[in-house]
Amino acid sequence: MLRLNGVGRRFPNNVIALDNITTRIEPGAFIALLGPSGCGKSTLLRILAGLDTPDTGSLTWDDNTPPGPGDIGFVFQDATLLPWANAEANVFLPLRLAGKSLETARPIVRDTLAQLGLAGFEHAKPTELSGGMRMRVSIARALVSRPKLLLMDEPFAALDEFTRHRLQDDLFALWREARTTIVFVTHSIYEAAYLASRIIVMSPRPGRIAAELTCTLPDTNTRRTDPAYAALTTQVTETLRAVMPA
Amino acid sequence: MTSLERTAPIAFGLLGLILWQTAVSLLQVPVYVLPGPIAIITAFWSDHASLLLSLLSTLAVTAAALIAAASLGMILALAMAASRLARAAIQPWAVVLQVTPVVAIAPLIIIWVNQQFAALVVCATIVAFFPVLSNTAAGLAATPPELADLFRLNGATRRQTLFLLRLPAALPYFLAGLRIAGTLALVGAVVAEFVASSGGFASGLAGRILESGYRLEIARMFAALTLLAITGILIYAALGAFERMILRRFGAGPSGEVK
Repeated sequence: MLRLNGVGRRFPNNVIALDNITTRIEPGAFIALLGPSGCGKSTLLRILAGLDTPDTGSLTWDDNTPPGPGDIGFVFQDATLLPWANAEANVFLPLRLAGKSLETARPIVRDTLAQLGLAGFEHAKPTELSGGMRMRVSIARALVSRPKLLLMDEPFAALDEFTRHRLQDDLFALWREARTTIVFVTHSIYEAAYLASRIIVMSPRPGRIAAELTCTLPDTNTRRTDPAYAALTTQVTETLRAVMPA
Repeated sequence: MTSLERTAPIAFGLLGLILWQTAVSLLQVPVYVLPGPIAIITAFWSDHASLLLSLLSTLAVTAAALIAAASLGMILALAMAASRLARAAIQPWAVVLQVTPVVAIAPLIIIWVNQQFAALVVCATIVAFFPVLSNTAAGLAATPPELADLFRLNGATRRQTLFLLRLPAALPYFLAGLRIAGTLALVGAVVAEFVASSGGFASGLAGRILESGYRLEIARMFAALTLLAITGILIYAALGAFERMILRRFGAGPSGEVK
């Protein structure tokens, strides 16, 4: 998908948000960016999206084709839906911005809503939906343009534990089916271990890659109860303890 | 709010009126100093055609000024949102207009604008447009940054961002500004009428008030005042209802709550 070559970002107040980030995001990967607050995870995600530009280093996209409109889906920590629009109109938004009419786009919009378990909620306004449902609409909106790369910035951090588990399960199932490349920012060891095919551990001030772990959990929907999952969380915890400044 | 709390202001007002009438009657206060409620109602009834006609004239100025203020405030806010240069150029002058008392500018405007109705509308618009401008500008500036990012990621044009995101997000702010502008337009209309009345133009309620003052018809003056107060409350309530209706249809929360 792309390579990051020594990417660095320094904010105007001289805080070094990112320092010499070099890694590769392979197509079809589910990458978790794991680290404490202030380690530059979100900044890195914004750079991947093209919403921020690095001060040093560069991004190299495969085949030298940088992504165009609709090639990148972005899910924020809050659902950030248009409050005046219903679920269908919110999911339709990226296609509408691309100049499509609702008539031609409706099948895709309905499909995507159904994929996220929102069939029957097309006409619900955001205020009528629960936090978990709003996040589902937000994910549907990010997926409706069939992006090559899906970027998620702590999307489940504000949800309760039960809702979070359901959404993690559903996201994992979606990824297994479509193999969309996903970069997922989180500060939860358990979330990273459950979802990711590779975990990039970042340390703060300056934001650096402290460790990378390739995960080899069984590719099934029962991995949460798999002994290998418990072993992986222990391994990630130990890695974090080793690399984090005291 | 319980039904007792709802009726409380009415009961309190009635009590005040009764006390007022009793005090005026017992102390035999002359009617040219302080008329009682009964004298005021009688004065209104004996002259209601002239008073209501004047109210209509004041209302026409108020309505025209409100429409002008809404359009002007919206257009200036859009210009300020579109370009930083326009914002820098407009903002100080909007504040200058806002802080200069309209009573002080009104004589000039009445000299400059030859048509009396138009002159009154201009004065009232100057008083009323600022809350629309500042609220709408604040609303346009308060677009959630994540949504702006989302529009950028999907290659939205400036036009799409304006019509699909920034304007709808600013709507609750605009409506809140409009509600304030409604009562200010009435205040501006009456103030301008006062100034115009001293120049001989006296079709509005301010003309009736001044006239009553000259003739020492204090009960009629009170009747005109009461009419103005009720009109102000009705304008405020009507615009509040309009605001709630639009926002309910639009699915956004109460004023300012955009997320």
